[in-house]
Amino acid sequence: MSANVISLDGLSVGSKDSLTKAMEAEGCSSSSCGSSDAPEDMDPATWEKVKDHPCYSEEAHHYFARMHVAVAPACNIQCNYCNRKYDCANESRPGVVSERLTPEQAARKVIAVANEIPQLSVLGIAGPGDSAYDWRKTRATFKLVQEQLPDIKLCLSTNGLSLPDHVDDLLDMNIDHVTLTINMIDPEVGTKIYPWIFYQHKRHHGLEASQILHERQMESLDLLHARGILVKVNSVMIPGINDEHLLEVNKEVKRRGAFLHNIMPLISAPEHGTVFGLEGQRGPTAAELKKLQDACAGGANLMKHCRQCRADAVGLLGEDRGQEFTMDLVPDEVTYDPAKRETYKEWVAKEREDRRAAAAEAQAETVSAVAEDSAAMLVAVATKGGGRINQHFGHATEFQIFEVDAAGVRFVTHRRCDNYCVGGYGEEDKLELVIKTLEGIDTILCAKIGDCPREDLAAAGIEAIQDYAFEYIETAVSAVYRAKRGLPAIARETA
Amino acid sequence: MSLQIIQSNCTVCGACEFECPNAAISFTGETYIIDPELCTECKGSYDKPQCAEVCPVPETCVPA
Repeated sequence: MSANVISLDGLSVGSKDSLTKAMEAEGCSSSSCGSSDAPEDMDPATWEKVKDHPCYSEEAHHYFARMHVAVAPACNIQCNYCNRKYDCANESRPGVVSERLTPEQAARKVIAVANEIPQLSVLGIAGPGDSAYDWRKTRATFKLVQEQLPDIKLCLSTNGLSLPDHVDDLLDMNIDHVTLTINMIDPEVGTKIYPWIFYQHKRHHGLEASQILHERQMESLDLLHARGILVKVNSVMIPGINDEHLLEVNKEVKRRGAFLHNIMPLISAPEHGTVFGLEGQRGPTAAELKKLQDACAGGANLMKHCRQCRADAVGLLGEDRGQEFTMDLVPDEVTYDPAKRETYKEWVAKEREDRRAAAAEAQAETVSAVAEDSAAMLVAVATKGGGRINQHFGHATEFQIFEVDAAGVRFVTHRRCDNYCVGGYGEEDKLELVIKTLEGIDTILCAKIGDCPREDLAAAGIEAIQDYAFEYIETAVSAVYRAKRGLPAIARETA
Repeated sequence: MSLQIIQSNCTVCGACEFECPNAAISFTGETYIIDPELCTECKGSYDKPQCAEVCPVPETCVPA
């Protein structure tokens, strides 16, 4: 099987040229080859499904919020990166949750959130546990929510072992997004990730377990694809175990019709109490992750804006307002008021058009001002959403990273700089963390920044710019690019 | 002839309740318990007790 694996060592990290060449070789015509595709790159029916889903559309994630409810805690497989006893309100990673809800409680919580957060467009059931295994609870929750909020998108995340049994139910409930976690297509690899599965009233171990899981996962993917349900495949990148193998996974899931592939870094620490954490299995570095993502260009489209959120997260990706909506804060009776969400949707439709127009305008200006082969640059952006430079530097817990060259502005990834689960960081420590986080990037755009941090950043070789406060990201990033890479006026005239 | 759930190990995921063929497992509001009157250790239904087979924590569903 290794004959099909492209060696990661032979590929350069993240260069635009190698990406472009790889995509040309594979016949991909989109410049970003990701979920940020605008309507012209996607058939209208698919765009209609994803345009308001923050996890499926990079553009949508600037405008729309998701919430997860933890109603189905039972699971049918054991993964070495999961510890079922964990719960910490300050911890942000998949599978972690602070309260488990009954379907009735969950439905009430969803309504309460919809009344407060007009950006809400998606309800997901994503663990802890497996949403398709504990199907009665997942189904009951979806039914209750759908009665009151018929326009909310329902989606679920599952390991696929039980999913083939419920595909008809998915269709009945108009669920058109499903995330399958697929970490391998070679059961031998699976043996290092899954100690056991529970299937048809029996616990299976070792190769047999991974063989069954693999077959059911492929069956799930095929069934969902055949019925027109969009499938996002999540894969956990585990260095030394499935990192190179994920290239094969990427190709196979694309071949079987997956819409999006989300390769996430393993989060692993001894204090998480997972098998991997206790064994000292490390997660990949940001550079290793990007290398793999770049190597996958031409396969299934990659999701690069995933925040690996908690299983009870509420809000825009990258923010979690879950603590505002714990069950003790949700009223016993809530009535849905659609006004706010409808107004917001109308506003977003117009705002998105304006942003696209602004981006096209900025792009045209860049084309006339820089040489076609100008080197690409990375720019960090502090944003609260809405596709604008609208966050104070000191409030940023993450930066969105954009790559810009003569061909345009593209979202690359986000980098977190919150020190969750540590706490007590002073200003200076935070700044050190930010500088570390921004490795390889020398420009940051924010709405405002104090003189002290700006000077400290400058000393570290990072220029913080607040001149583009509240501008669209594309407008601002393009302007910075032109300022840095623009041809001198004379050269422009003679060019 | 019955199994019991070691409370300090239980993650309250409910998989055991879901799998029990005798409806012997119920949620008390805080944790799951097995009714020894109803538990058959799955004899006659399955090869092994289902609660112990599905439980994610070792040594949690054990003979009483």
